[in-house]
Amino acid sequence: MAQKTASKKLDFSKEVYLKWYKDILLMRRFEETCGNLYLQQKFGGFCHLYIGQEAIAAGFASAMHKGDKIITAYRDHAHPLALGMHPKYVMAELYGKSTGCSKGKGGSMHMFSKELNMMGGHGIVGAQIPMGAGIAFAEKYNGTKNVCLTFMGDGAVRQGALHETFNMAMLWKLPVVFIVENNNYAMGTSVARTTNVTDLSKLGLSYDMPGESVDGMSVEAVHNAIKKAADHAREGNGPYLLDIRTYRYKGHSMSDPQKYRSKDEVKEYKDKDPLSQVLNTILEQGWLKDADVQKIEADIKDMVEESVKFAEDSPMPDESELYTDIYSHDDYPYIMD
Amino acid sequence: MRTIQFREALREAMNEEMRRDKSVFLMGEEVAEYNGAYKVSQGMLDEFGPERVIDTPIAELGFAGIGVGAAMNGLRPIVEFMTWNFAILAADQIINSAAKMLQMSGGQFNVPIVFRGGNGQAGQLAATHSQSFEAFYAHVPGLKVLTPSNPYDAKGLLKSAIRDNDPVVFLESEKMYGDKGEVPEGEYLIPIGKANIARKGDAITIVSFGKIMKVVLEAADELAKDGIQCEVIDLRTIRPFDVETVIESVKKTNRCVVVDESWPYASVSSEVAYRIQRDAFDYLDAPVLRATQTDTPFPFTPNLIEIAIPTVGGVVRLVKESLYLV
Ligand SMILES: Cc1ncc(C[n+]2csc(CCOP(=O)(O)OP(=O)(O)O)c2C)c(N)n1
Ligand SMILES: [Mg+2]
Repeated sequence: MAQKTASKKLDFSKEVYLKWYKDILLMRRFEETCGNLYLQQKFGGFCHLYIGQEAIAAGFASAMHKGDKIITAYRDHAHPLALGMHPKYVMAELYGKSTGCSKGKGGSMHMFSKELNMMGGHGIVGAQIPMGAGIAFAEKYNGTKNVCLTFMGDGAVRQGALHETFNMAMLWKLPVVFIVENNNYAMGTSVARTTNVTDLSKLGLSYDMPGESVDGMSVEAVHNAIKKAADHAREGNGPYLLDIRTYRYKGHSMSDPQKYRSKDEVKEYKDKDPLSQVLNTILEQGWLKDADVQKIEADIKDMVEESVKFAEDSPMPDESELYTDIYSHDDYPYIMD
Repeated sequence: MRTIQFREALREAMNEEMRRDKSVFLMGEEVAEYNGAYKVSQGMLDEFGPERVIDTPIAELGFAGIGVGAAMNGLRPIVEFMTWNFAILAADQIINSAAKMLQMSGGQFNVPIVFRGGNGQAGQLAATHSQSFEAFYAHVPGLKVLTPSNPYDAKGLLKSAIRDNDPVVFLESEKMYGDKGEVPEGEYLIPIGKANIARKGDAITIVSFGKIMKVVLEAADELAKDGIQCEVIDLRTIRPFDVETVIESVKKTNRCVVVDESWPYASVSSEVAYRIQRDAFDYLDAPVLRATQTDTPFPFTPNLIEIAIPTVGGVVRLVKESLYLV
C-alpha cells in the first residue's frame, strides 16, 4: 500500500484525480488482459507490457495541450489510451485486425493515430528520437505553439542519434520534450551496466539542454514536470530533458525469465504503485466510496471485455491489403513474378 | 551421429575458435550476462570471462565501429547483432569502414571481423523486424556473405568465417536457432565460397540458401513423389557466389528455379538468373523462374504473411511451370 499522505494539501482537483484513476486503471486492466490473451496465444508477435509505468502516460495526458504531438518506442499500448483512444482499437491492432488503429498492419509495436496526434510506436530502438525532433521542427516551421513529447527508454539513450539530435534540437531551439521512461532496464541490462553516468538527466548537459529527474511512480510529479518542460519548449526556449524514474513490473517481453533483478527490487516499486497511490488519495479525500470504486472497476472491466470481443469479431485485413499503403498512390508497378 | 541445435552449433564454433585463438572475442547486446537474447552465447561468459564476452549498450553503430578498429589493430572480433534489422544502424561501419579498409590502405590493414545475427522474417514481428539482408551486403565488394541453412553448415562456416582475414557478414535466423541437425564431434571447417548439392536430381535445378532451404527440401520431397527429381543447390555462401556448381547443374538439368526469401528487386535471385542466362543460355529449356518474398514490406498478420513468402506449394507449382506441366 502507498504511504498515507493525509491532510496534505492537494494541487489538483477531484476531476483531475478521477481522470488519472480511470486512465491508470484502464491501462492496468487492459494490459493485464493483453498478457493473458498473449499467453493463450490469441495473438502473436511481440508483447511489451507497460504495467508499472502508467503514471507517465496518465501524467503526460493531463499535462499536454491539444495539438501537442506524441511519439514513442514499441512499449506503446498505453499511450494511445492516454490520448483517449478506445481500447478496442488498440486490442484489434494487437490481433492484427483491419479495425486496429494501424489497420492491423503494425501490431503491438506500431500504434498510430493521426487523429489523436499519436505519431507512432516505433520498433527500432532510438529511431523516434530524431523523428520527435523533426515533428517539433515542423511545428516551429509552421509557427504553431505545439510541442512534441518524445518518449524513449533508458536503453534507447545509448544510441548515437540521441546526441546528434540533442545538438540540433538545441541549436535550432525546437519545441520538443525528450522524456526518458527510465525503468532501469533495457531487456536484461541495467542502466548502471551501460554507463558511468547513471543520472540520465545530465545527458543533455554538453548541449546546455536543461534536464531533471522525476519520480515516475507519482502522477502528480510527472504531470508537473512535463507541464513545466512543455511550457519551456512552447515559449520558444528549446528542448527539455526529463529522466522519469519508473519501473516495469513485468518482463521485457513475454519471454523474459527476469534473472537480472531481485524480487525485493520489484516489491520496492510495487509499494509505490501509481494506481494505489492515486486511489488512496481519492479515498482519503472521500471523493469515492467503495461502491463507486467497484462501479468504476466494473465499467472498465466491461470496456476491456468489449475490446476483446471487438478484436476477435473483426476481420483480418483482406489479402489485397498486402499491396496497399506502401506508396501513396494506388497504381505502383510492383514486381509480380 | 549426435544431433544438436543450430544455436549450439554456432556456440561450439565460437567456443572452439576462442579456445584456439586469444585474439577472438565476442561482443554485442545481451551476449554475456543474459546468455544471449536467443541463447546462442549461453555459458560463454562463464568460460571466457567479461574481457572476452562483452555486453554492449544499444549502440550498434558504435560497437560495430569499435569492432572494426579492434580488427585493424590485431584482434578478431565477433560482433553479434540481436538481429540484422538493427545492424542497419551499423551499416556505415560495415560498408564504409570494414569493406573498404584493405583497399584504401593499399593492402596494409585487413579487417578480420565477423558480424553475425538473426536475419529475415521471424513471424509476426512487423516490417522493420523482418528483413533479409543477403542482397544488401552481397552488393558490397570487400565483404563476404554467408547463409548457413542447417546446424552442420552453421558450425563449419562460422569457424571458417572467424579464421578468415576479411570482414564476413554471417546471416542466421531466430527461426533456425532451435532447429536440430547432425553435427559430428570434433573439429571441421566448411570452405567459404563453396555451394552444397543438398539433393541430387536430373529434372530441374533449384537454387536456394538460408532458412527457406527447409521449404525447398520439402517441395523437392513432394515433387519426388510425382517422379520429379530435383537437384537442390544450397549456396551457403552468397558472396563469393559459387557460379560453377550452379552452371554445371543447370547444364545437366536444363532448367532452374531460384528460391529466395528476400525481395525480388536486385536480389540474389536476379544475380543467379543473370549468371545462368549468361553462362548456360544454350542449355536452357525454360526461362529461369524464381520464388521470392512479395515486393512489399513484410506484413504483420498471419493471412498476409502466408502469401508474402515462398511456400512448399508455391515452389512445387513453380517447378511444374518450368517443366511445362501446368
Ligand atoms: C536498434 C535496435 N537494437 C536492438 C533492438 C532490440 N531491442 C528491443 S527492445 C530493447 C531494449 C530497449 O530498452 P529500453 O530502451 O530501456 O526500453 P524498455 O524496454 O525498457 O521500455 C532492445 C535491445 C531494437 N529493437 N532496435
Ligand atoms: Mg528500459
